[in-house]
Amino acid sequence: MGAEVKKPAAKHKSQKDTLRKVLHYIRRYWFFLGLSLILAAVTVVLTLYVPVLTGEAVDLILGPGQVDFDGVFSIGATIAVMVAVTSLAQWLMNVCNNKITYNVIRDIRGEAFRRLQVLPLKYIDGHNSGDIVSRVIADVDQFADGLLMGFTQLFSGVLTIVGTLFFMFSIDGWIALVVVCITPVSLLVASFIAGRTFSMFKLQSETRGEQTALIDEMIGGQKVVQAFGYEKKAMERFDEINGRLEKCSLRAIFFSSLTNPCTRFVNSLVYTGVGLTGALAAVSGRLSVGQLSSFLSYANQYTKPFNEISGVVTELQNALACAGRIFELIEEEPQTPDDADAVELADVQGQVEIDHVDFRYRPEAPLIENLNLSVRPGERVALVGPTGCGKTTIINLLMRFYDVNAGEIRVDGVEVRHATRRSLRGNFGMVLQDTWLKAGTIRENIAYARPEATLEEVVEAAKMAHAHGFIRRLPQGYDTVIAEDGGNISQGQKQLLCIARVMLCLPPMLILDEATSSIDTRTELKIQEAFARMMEGRTSFIVAHRLSTIREADVILVMRDGRIVEQGRHEELLRQGGFYAQLYNSQFEQ
Amino acid sequence: MKKLLKYLDNYKKESILGPLFKLLEAAFELLVPLVMSAIIDQGIAQGDTSYILRMCLLLVALGLVGLICSVTAQYFAAKAAVGFATRLRRALFGHIQTLSYSEMDTVGASTLITRMTSDINQVQNGLNLTLRLLLRSPFVVFGSMVMAFTIDVQAALVFAVVIPVLCVVVFGIMLAGMPLYKKVQKGVDRILGITRENLTGVRVIRAFGREGDETAGFDRENEALTRMQTLVGKISALMNPVTYVIINAGLLAILWQGGISVDTGRLTQGQVVALINYMSQILVELIKMANLIITITKALACAARIQSVFDEKSSLEEEGTLCVRTAEDEMEESKTTYGAEVVFDHVGMTYKNAGAESLTDISFTARPGDTIGIIGGTGSGKTSLVNLIPRFYDVSSGSVTVDGRDVRKLSLEELRSQIGVVPQKARLFAGTIRENLLWGDENADEDRLWGALETAQAREFVEKKEDGLDARVTQGGSNFSGGQRQRLTIARALVRKPRILILDDSASALDFATDAALRRSIRQMKEAPTVFIVSQRTSSIRYADRIIVLDDGRMAGIGTHDELLESCPVYREIYDSQFDNGGTGADERRDQKWEQK
Repeated sequence: MGAEVKKPAAKHKSQKDTLRKVLHYIRRYWFFLGLSLILAAVTVVLTLYVPVLTGEAVDLILGPGQVDFDGVFSIGATIAVMVAVTSLAQWLMNVCNNKITYNVIRDIRGEAFRRLQVLPLKYIDGHNSGDIVSRVIADVDQFADGLLMGFTQLFSGVLTIVGTLFFMFSIDGWIALVVVCITPVSLLVASFIAGRTFSMFKLQSETRGEQTALIDEMIGGQKVVQAFGYEKKAMERFDEINGRLEKCSLRAIFFSSLTNPCTRFVNSLVYTGVGLTGALAAVSGRLSVGQLSSFLSYANQYTKPFNEISGVVTELQNALACAGRIFELIEEEPQTPDDADAVELADVQGQVEIDHVDFRYRPEAPLIENLNLSVRPGERVALVGPTGCGKTTIINLLMRFYDVNAGEIRVDGVEVRHATRRSLRGNFGMVLQDTWLKAGTIRENIAYARPEATLEEVVEAAKMAHAHGFIRRLPQGYDTVIAEDGGNISQGQKQLLCIARVMLCLPPMLILDEATSSIDTRTELKIQEAFARMMEGRTSFIVAHRLSTIREADVILVMRDGRIVEQGRHEELLRQGGFYAQLYNSQFEQ
Repeated sequence: MKKLLKYLDNYKKESILGPLFKLLEAAFELLVPLVMSAIIDQGIAQGDTSYILRMCLLLVALGLVGLICSVTAQYFAAKAAVGFATRLRRALFGHIQTLSYSEMDTVGASTLITRMTSDINQVQNGLNLTLRLLLRSPFVVFGSMVMAFTIDVQAALVFAVVIPVLCVVVFGIMLAGMPLYKKVQKGVDRILGITRENLTGVRVIRAFGREGDETAGFDRENEALTRMQTLVGKISALMNPVTYVIINAGLLAILWQGGISVDTGRLTQGQVVALINYMSQILVELIKMANLIITITKALACAARIQSVFDEKSSLEEEGTLCVRTAEDEMEESKTTYGAEVVFDHVGMTYKNAGAESLTDISFTARPGDTIGIIGGTGSGKTSLVNLIPRFYDVSSGSVTVDGRDVRKLSLEELRSQIGVVPQKARLFAGTIRENLLWGDENADEDRLWGALETAQAREFVEKKEDGLDARVTQGGSNFSGGQRQRLTIARALVRKPRILILDDSASALDFATDAALRRSIRQMKEAPTVFIVSQRTSSIRYADRIIVLDDGRMAGIGTHDELLESCPVYREIYDSQFDNGGTGADERRDQKWEQK
């Protein structure tokens, strides 16, 4: 609760902070911004001056035989010119605003994406990807809307109010005073209604949330619902919530929709007030009919920007909140850059040493402590253990997706932190169970590491990965486009494509993740063969699920709860009689 | 939209009264400039202060009456719109519930959920605004013109020209902008796709060192989007300046025309002011109308999407009425067996929109109380086969019979009430353990629940929960482990004392020992159902009375484990691959064990 109480102040400060950052992005377009402000001023002043001119023209049309046609014509000409200038200025102003807004959000979006490329894996693993995507897309969009609205309405709104006041006071102070006094009533009414309906809207959105949760469960789980004949029950529960929603929606919508008629009523009061005082002033000769007509049109204009500005302010606050979320992402600490004198790893033999390595994801939970391992070129290391035991942690460290907390990992004697990430990763061929493919053609995917590869090379790699057969049978062969979710090819086929992708470059070291159960037997045999072919003469780290792989490994790392509990060859480990032996022997307990 | 309008039937009164009161309000609003013109011509011209006061009171009265009318209109509109949305939501939910597995597969649950929530909300907003404004705005526009005509025909001709021109311009700009807006949306979708792809593939992208190329690709799309947005901006920014020019041209024409008329005495000064006021009223209303049309277009698109869900009809042919077991059957068979007999007779099955058959010529008989194992690779048709028994899908050839009766002739509710299904995905619902178990049978007592938990090997961990059966289950059951969820879904199926039990790869998260104990306890059930076990692993089905081996939708063999090892090469291949080249079978068990520890 304490944190909650402190929030407003902190929020206020961070809002200012965000605003400063937004201005920083806008600054690049200062020319357009300045132009837009000048154009807005021109537009407002001219727009406001037109009613004055119209009023003057009306005064030249007094009655039969009392019309000054020359005067009306010259005023009309002036109005025509002004209108032309105003509309041109208005259009240019809008174009400027669009340009600023869309360029600013393009810059921000680009910045956010660039940041994603250098953020440590720790950040990406630790955040829901939907949340990150919504920052880059939805928040940026919302921000754009707010920014654009702010540009087009806030400044011109304020100018309009000031200008109207100025013109009204210059025509007649007393009537202007009447307008100034009555207008706030409209704002009061609007805010009174908004305050009262807030709780109704809250109730509505809560009920809506409740209903969405039910819909989500029942439709998401429809197969179960039908299997157990739960449809009637579901309908009953739905009806109950639906009934409540109807009631509270009606209240919320009706009461909030009172704002419009009420403010309109207040506006009509302003109008009447102007009419009354204006007419009385006209009777006493202080005001001409033309001036009264200008006043009346001001009375209509004056109240509008007030309502707009209150809308813009909420919108801007919302936009700033969104911008804040984007900046959070952009300002996230990037991974430590490569050293200036970092080594490019080339002609790697595949000697890997892990020397007194400590690692933990969270400071309070030690995972790997004092891990030592020496792998000679061409050796195979099997990582075994239950799911979630942290086999991927080792992959993370080898690929330098994460950095060790203490100790060193050396490849061919070079400490990995002294090598460029790019060259280190380029020397590892990685096939994960999570078969990620890019939206694009099969050829593009196989050639992912070497976009310049020829079709022959791609086909060769596919053949070695046993993928050529199924690719050939696809309607467009190597030009078949893989959909965003890869829905048009099977899981096993995706795995084969991932293997082909590595086959094309075949680096000296491999990191392989053996498939578990989701692949059918025949494809799995093909994958095994492809793996075996790749591993020949290469240093390999395999997350192993099959006993054959484990038995043939030169070193087995046995992992449990994120730690390496044992390491050695199959026979040695069995002799030790530890966790590995326990696992191996557990079959006989049945 | 038309078809959806029937949900507005109960609100006929409201949907007529709402716009009507709105029109009344508009009518009063239209009188205002006339009153003002009277003030100028009568009051000011003759210096009649009391006349001015009376007219001002009339203005306030008009405003007040307008307020009352408009509040009434808002109420009726809100009531009709909310009521409509409530009925529509209910009907749609009911309709979705009748959709069979095939439609759920093609449409997808997430789409249906958006239809039920945000689409219906959009339609509600659209309807509400339509009832309030659709008649009002044109009424004010044309009303102004009519009023202008009553003042002076010649001056009003200006209105007759300006209004159509304005309409053409406003709607022309809108129409020109709409397809471009769609392009912008597509651009946003592409950016979203790239971002999501980069997040899910971050390891691969970095492993291959392709960050630079990905960024370049993103920049290209980003730039294209910005260009498109700027273009759309340029076009829609035309709206205000152009309407402003037209309206003012109209004003100038009125001034000139009015000047001539006043000079000849046909018009008064006040009337000219009234004409000018009408002109500015038109501008305000037209802009409102343009916004309204955008909202309505959106709402109509949503309505069309909702309608398309209604158009999706359940593909299951007419439901039968027969009961699985009549009272006489009950009498006759109760002493011998509890489980049902299931017969597949030359069954073929093709999924909707799929070219090839997913199951071809499947024939077998499961005797009451038998355990049937079904094995095969992914996509070989195992789940399709068992889904035919509760009639989640219909066969496209041949027949499936339960106790000698074709499932298509049975009442769906009756048929499904005899079957306990444990689907691949262990799905629990928010509530308590008890509530979840009662899905199986609403009337089950405490003993029966515990009995089912015991058989499902779930008794132990439920007992350990502080609240026992009343322990909370969060949405999707996320507060239980995978294995616990699976056992609870098995218990849920057992609660209904099924005569047919279908376990669709539902022991995959259980370790070997628990899996074996589960199978043993199901065999020992007093009221033993006919059991179908689908699995990828030979160990789970090894002891079944009969094993059906599926390969690409066809039966590659049927028989006991030993028979199949002898006669069925596909089975042997699967067995060998899992048991490490004819080894002891230990690897597979150990793998399972390790996955679960």
